[in-house]
Amino acid sequence: MERRRFMQCLAWAGTGLVWAARGGVLSATMVGEAGAAGSDFTFAQISDTHVGFAGEANRDSLGTLKDSIDAINALTPRPAFVVHTGDLSHGQKPGAFDTLAESMKTVKAEKVFYIPGEHDVAIDGGTEYLSRYGAGTYENRGYQSFDYRGVHFVGLVNVLAYKPGVGGAIGDEQLAWLRKDLDAQQTSTPIVVFSHVPLWAVYPAWGWTTADGEQVIGMLRRFGSVTALNGHIHQVLQKVEGTITFHSARSTAFVQPAPGAAPTPGPMKVEATELRRLLGVREVRYTEAAAPLAVVERPLA
Amino acid sequence: MIRRALSAALVPAALAIALAAEGSGGTPHVQIKQFAFVPATLTVPVGATVTWTNADEEPHTVTASDRAYTSPGIEQNETYTHRFTAPGTYTYFCALHPHMTATIVVQ
Repeated sequence: MERRRFMQCLAWAGTGLVWAARGGVLSATMVGEAGAAGSDFTFAQISDTHVGFAGEANRDSLGTLKDSIDAINALTPRPAFVVHTGDLSHGQKPGAFDTLAESMKTVKAEKVFYIPGEHDVAIDGGTEYLSRYGAGTYENRGYQSFDYRGVHFVGLVNVLAYKPGVGGAIGDEQLAWLRKDLDAQQTSTPIVVFSHVPLWAVYPAWGWTTADGEQVIGMLRRFGSVTALNGHIHQVLQKVEGTITFHSARSTAFVQPAPGAAPTPGPMKVEATELRRLLGVREVRYTEAAAPLAVVERPLA
Repeated sequence: MIRRALSAALVPAALAIALAAEGSGGTPHVQIKQFAFVPATLTVPVGATVTWTNADEEPHTVTASDRAYTSPGIEQNETYTHRFTAPGTYTYFCALHPHMTATIVVQ
């Protein structure tokens, strides 16, 4: 469903009768009452699908992609939407974006939101990626925000201004847009930020950081509940900083070493029996207005 | 007599250029190996064409730090060439793996 229609559906929900599940009990409320905005929902995160990858670390990245989509489709309740946190393709290999788009059509969700990884934009500066996924984002730049049932979502792009020797970067224009976007939000509104490269300094020696990430974190500090989701590093790592929890995600395609555990980052071969345990997707549950979102990992095995 | 003297002068000059190139047969060459550019610094004369060869399974790029030029994705065993026409120090990196940085010195 394209974005404008999706937003219209949300608007419809704001003027009619909404069936909401809260604490497992179905109830009908007229929208306008405080209830509907606080109702439970879930969404799924998929990341680093690297379509086109066929290296030693996983000769069947399309198979593990399909299994990951099956895992999303098996989630109960069905996720309200899906977020793809980048590296859709592996180095923009010819045909990769088409294959990814075909695969994502089998996802049973109303909408998938995308942000690019460096593999999606490094070769041509983002032309191909934005021609496919720029629509609906701010000035076709790939970044965007939207609201869903009282939660404010922000998708950032930190791979178009990649800094040599450093890693990801947001850039001044996007920072200015973000500041204006967040200024309009109340401190009590739960915020979910998604980016490809971690906003926090996971391991700068490998580029696993965002050069101006601290500026983003500074803007987020005043909010009561912030969940920051990212990809890029192909493993689950978490950090809590005040009211902000950061969660990096697994890939569906291949594993990478833990920070500093190898001479360089990159595809890492693991035991065949281990691979499916280390790949997968994620389910995020929102249950109450005040509580942090619950992040549930869904590995393939 | 003069011609022989000129030839004698040219041979050492050619040798000097070949020695500066650090490659086989005198061709300026950088290998991309295990997520690094080898050598990290390469000195070449003005007008030289540098060849990069990717030995890794992973694709890499050769991208100028100021984005003045960039290769497409370089697959394993593929090459990329770029000619340097002005003296200077040119840093570059891999746009897919930004911690991979290196320099070409043109003099």
